[in-house]
Amino acid sequence: MNNIVVFPILIPFIVGLVMVIFRNNIQVQRWLSVFGVVAIGFVAVLLMNQIRSEGIQTLQLGGWQAPFGISMVADMFSALLILTSSIVAFACLFFAFNSIGKERESFYFYPMFLFLLTGINGSFLTGDIFHLFVNFEVMLIASYVLISLGGKKVQLRESIKYVLINVISSFLFLVAIAYLYAVTGTLNLAHLSVRVAEVGQDGLLTVVAILFLIVFGLKAALFLFFWLPGSYSAPPTAVAAIFAALLTKVGIYAIFRMFTLVFYHEPQITHLLIGIMGALTMVLGAIGAVAHWDIKKILAYNVIIAVGFIIAGLASFTSAAILGSIYYLIHDIIIKALIFLLGGTVIALAGTSKLNEMSGLIRNHPYLGWIFFIAALSLGGIPPLSGFIGKVYITQGTFEAGYYWLGAIGLITSLMVLYSIMKIFMNGFWGETALSKDMEKGTTKGLMFPIALLTVATIALGVGAEGIHVYIDIATQALLNPSLYIEAVFGGEPMP
Amino acid sequence: METLMSVLVGILFTIGTYLVLTKSLLRIILGTAVIGHGVHLLILTMGGLKKGMPPLLDAGHTTFTDALPQALILTAIVINFAVTALFLVLAYRAYQVLGTDDMDQLRGTEDE
Repeated sequence: MNNIVVFPILIPFIVGLVMVIFRNNIQVQRWLSVFGVVAIGFVAVLLMNQIRSEGIQTLQLGGWQAPFGISMVADMFSALLILTSSIVAFACLFFAFNSIGKERESFYFYPMFLFLLTGINGSFLTGDIFHLFVNFEVMLIASYVLISLGGKKVQLRESIKYVLINVISSFLFLVAIAYLYAVTGTLNLAHLSVRVAEVGQDGLLTVVAILFLIVFGLKAALFLFFWLPGSYSAPPTAVAAIFAALLTKVGIYAIFRMFTLVFYHEPQITHLLIGIMGALTMVLGAIGAVAHWDIKKILAYNVIIAVGFIIAGLASFTSAAILGSIYYLIHDIIIKALIFLLGGTVIALAGTSKLNEMSGLIRNHPYLGWIFFIAALSLGGIPPLSGFIGKVYITQGTFEAGYYWLGAIGLITSLMVLYSIMKIFMNGFWGETALSKDMEKGTTKGLMFPIALLTVATIALGVGAEGIHVYIDIATQALLNPSLYIEAVFGGEPMP
Repeated sequence: METLMSVLVGILFTIGTYLVLTKSLLRIILGTAVIGHGVHLLILTMGGLKKGMPPLLDAGHTTFTDALPQALILTAIVINFAVTALFLVLAYRAYQVLGTDDMDQLRGTEDE
């Protein structure tokens, strides 16, 4: 029992509610939102240290014993993701201060931003499958508002498609929960794990597992990513960055949780299917990233490739591969936010997102140019930067598991990622300077601080990989041994 | 009884899927509502439809229906209601701004 577990959900929720009162006082909203995000990060660090010294932390809401109430569970995997997402949210907030515009700010942009974080942190922390659904909905409804806020034509058009896809996938989620409840008779993840292990994962449960895979695949853009490129290029930059960094990652987290804790008995069916879906995601995403000459589209397809790559680690299911996946997941949250913020700044400067209509930005914006270069190398996985370690471990894991084709596809798509992002760098920053300083459509004023912050984070994560290795190792152990999770939730109480 | 309900849920899903695949936005939203009904009935059915009293503790009954699926459905209904309301308003706004409800005409154009 540890009350601190629930704070990453309570803080953004309460701060968001308070902000609704101060609708016209934007300064108060800004300060409150920064306070909320910093507080979440602080709590996440506290949690990480507690988990490191005392093991997985749990909280039984209402004091009801484990399978009867809702359990909140914080293992190292969730705590790491909460810390990373609060760093990214901090950067995106500062980017929003200078770029989002007054008309959005006075229509509840910041409260919705914090409600989005409420849903995301809730999804990371919950130990109950239906509560996971509710947290998904909290996150999704906030994201519906954020994607359509402003009401531009392209936003309305894309948000209709985004809402429709997510409504359908939420229904499928409910269907999967109903089937799982009919088979096992419980909703608590730890109890589900025990029940599924007791009856053995027969054909029926494998079908339910694949239904869950389809649901979370829709949320995480794993193979079923057709909705993503349009939706993620519609909203303003700060919103697109937080979407790209966090929304698909929640789906990935759910896939990890379900297929390491509950459905891990038939890896030759489910995990092979996950591997095939991951490989197809990487290949199709890479084709999209290479084909397009539009910055927004290139960046959106890069989100898809990374999802496939992280999932390849889960498909291999060795300790090296899971370790690599967690490294890469943390790296990817930071780098996707950074690359979307950079891309948004470039689009704001050039006034267009088409690569063949811009060139030579580096003459007037050397810092922006070199930061973009660093971010591109980090995205590609060049050694001193953060993308490297995850890629090494995932590749090692796929080879250990005998999935040579999966590792090879991962490495080849890394090259295509590097090509697609360097295409932006070479066309946008090199060449004749097309726009003089006063012809530019936007400004970088105030936008460089969040970009620099995330750049420092990605360099630190790469250089200081040894420092956080301890934490990631603990997370890997917990994912590979479901018994740790189950013991923490039940805490020695008899199981009904 | 469960078989009958399963067939009914299947029919609702079929109608909903058909409606979601049509061109008109309003029919798509109606389709999501129909699928929503199917999903809620499915949760009720999967919880088991054995005879028992309503889950209220009074006057010495011993057998009750399962209370958990009913709580789940109640939660799912309000969430679905909120999302449908948002979706309808979004469709209304999109009709005002874009001037169409035909999904074919809502494709992206290059010059935006």
